Amino acid sequence: MIGLVDCNSFYVSCERVFQPRLIALPVGVLSNNDGCVIALSTELKAIGIPMGMPAFEIQHLVRQGRIHLLSSNYELYGDMSQRVQAVLEEFSAGVEPYSIDEMFVRFDGFASGQLLEHARQLHQKVRQYTGIPVCVGVAPTRTLAKLANRAAKKIPAYGGVCVLQADSLEARGLLQKIELGDIWGVGRRLVERLALMGIKSAWDLAQADPKRIRQRFSVTLERTALELRGIPCIEMIDGNEPRQRIMTSRSFGRLSGDLGEIHQAIRQHAQCSAEKLRAQGSQARAVYVFLKTNPHRPDLPQYSPSAIAELARPTDDSRAILHAASQALTAIYRPNFAFMKGGVMLIDLVDANRQQLSLLDTPERAAQRDKGHQLMAALDEINQKMGRGTVTLGRPSPGAAWHLRCAHRTPRWTTRWEELPSANIR
Amino acid sequence: MPHDLIIPAHPAPPSQPLPHPLALTRVGLSGFPSPAQDYEGRTLDLNERLVKHPSATFFMSVTGDSMVRLGIHEGDLLLVDRSIDPRPGHILVALVDGEITVKRYELLGNRPHLCSGNPRYAPIPLDNLDCQVWGVVRSVIHEYPV
Repeated sequence: MIGLVDCNSFYVSCERVFQPRLIALPVGVLSNNDGCVIALSTELKAIGIPMGMPAFEIQHLVRQGRIHLLSSNYELYGDMSQRVQAVLEEFSAGVEPYSIDEMFVRFDGFASGQLLEHARQLHQKVRQYTGIPVCVGVAPTRTLAKLANRAAKKIPAYGGVCVLQADSLEARGLLQKIELGDIWGVGRRLVERLALMGIKSAWDLAQADPKRIRQRFSVTLERTALELRGIPCIEMIDGNEPRQRIMTSRSFGRLSGDLGEIHQAIRQHAQCSAEKLRAQGSQARAVYVFLKTNPHRPDLPQYSPSAIAELARPTDDSRAILHAASQALTAIYRPNFAFMKGGVMLIDLVDANRQQLSLLDTPERAAQRDKGHQLMAALDEINQKMGRGTVTLGRPSPGAAWHLRCAHRTPRWTTRWEELPSANIR
Repeated sequence: MPHDLIIPAHPAPPSQPLPHPLALTRVGLSGFPSPAQDYEGRTLDLNERLVKHPSATFFMSVTGDSMVRLGIHEGDLLLVDRSIDPRPGHILVALVDGEITVKRYELLGNRPHLCSGNPRYAPIPLDNLDCQVWGVVRSVIHEYPV
């Protein structure tokens, strides 16, 4: 059996652990740059505010004190996510993180009688240890576990925990009620085409002939149909597999056409990407740089260029990556455009241990490379210990346009000594 | 003092009860491993001593001085462990009226109460809806200005 543990309104819940006065109030968390709402508490949803609502459109509600909006505090969310995962690991046979707030949990070796009790314990422990409320869905397959999790969340009688056995009446009742669009991996266009075949509910899809589904649609949908019956077909992708490309991009805080400012932003993104690259033990063969003007401003001239700069040989050296990114930027930058966004992507990644040495490689170059490695390792270590951006190549100027707007970010309660929550004694 | 007066110790001094923790190298080239090898690189780690459940442990700083009697001063660092079930006598971090505060868990007339170190504040019964246990304080770190 496999479980899916989903944190309820994760970002908001993280904030509430350290700001209990926000409990039961309508709270939203904003995207980078305080642009739009990306996480909502149930109370905020109940007011009718949808996901993705631009922050400026609901500013008046904030001023009236009716809702609370916070800047995103990713450092906090990342730490809390790791804590949730650690608790799950302690109380299960293994965890596969699926996203920052969703984790698949292995329940191998539990007798079915103990399963519900164990899932309830997991539900309670995560809440107690981390303060984050979760829902737990357990079923024989991942697709069913997703549905069980949904039921645990939406149907109050489950109390946050739902264990589904494949051939049970309970599973049948649930599948008959669930619409196709709510199944993991079934998109809107598929729903329309399936409706033509008379398949309308999850139960219909589970009962359909899998071979016919494969012929008419795809292997993927056949797998989903089988999974709904309780036959496991979807294995998780290994979360530790190195990524094939690394992207860092951000909207600038305001539109900017200044080469100096944009150059700094690109350098910062390049450094950030290089750090991620080294962390996963890869090297890049090329650097892709792009700029974007604001497409929603038709009154302004539009220009959204990109360029790739190849690296002489695969490398993870920030200096080489920065140099290439600067070259690419110089190639695409044109004055008199107001750019909204810029980014750096490292592509064609190779494993650092399997790099090919150039024919022209000499002992001097090898020695230089070793020195470079040491320098980069020291750089990463300092930035990890003292906080990102402590040591950078070329100082970014504070107050530049591309600096993030995060006017309402809460302290990083769990990761910074100088930002710890304070307990008032009285 | 003439050299011949230094008498070499015999028999050799008894070995220390525990191998010295910082022996980092092998002895000579004989290939015979140092008996201290298994103890290389051990240092005392405060985390190991103080943090029993890393995923459930949070740090907090203290404001206010009502707990001086119990050894908690303004500016101290609290290690709060949420995995512990509170028992009478524990120092707790609790939510009272939406605020994070420090209290002592006590039984008054067999009913659990949260008590303040300051007699000005009355004990709060724990079944009060506006009060909730956040975590148990496992240790207090007090740093002196040096």
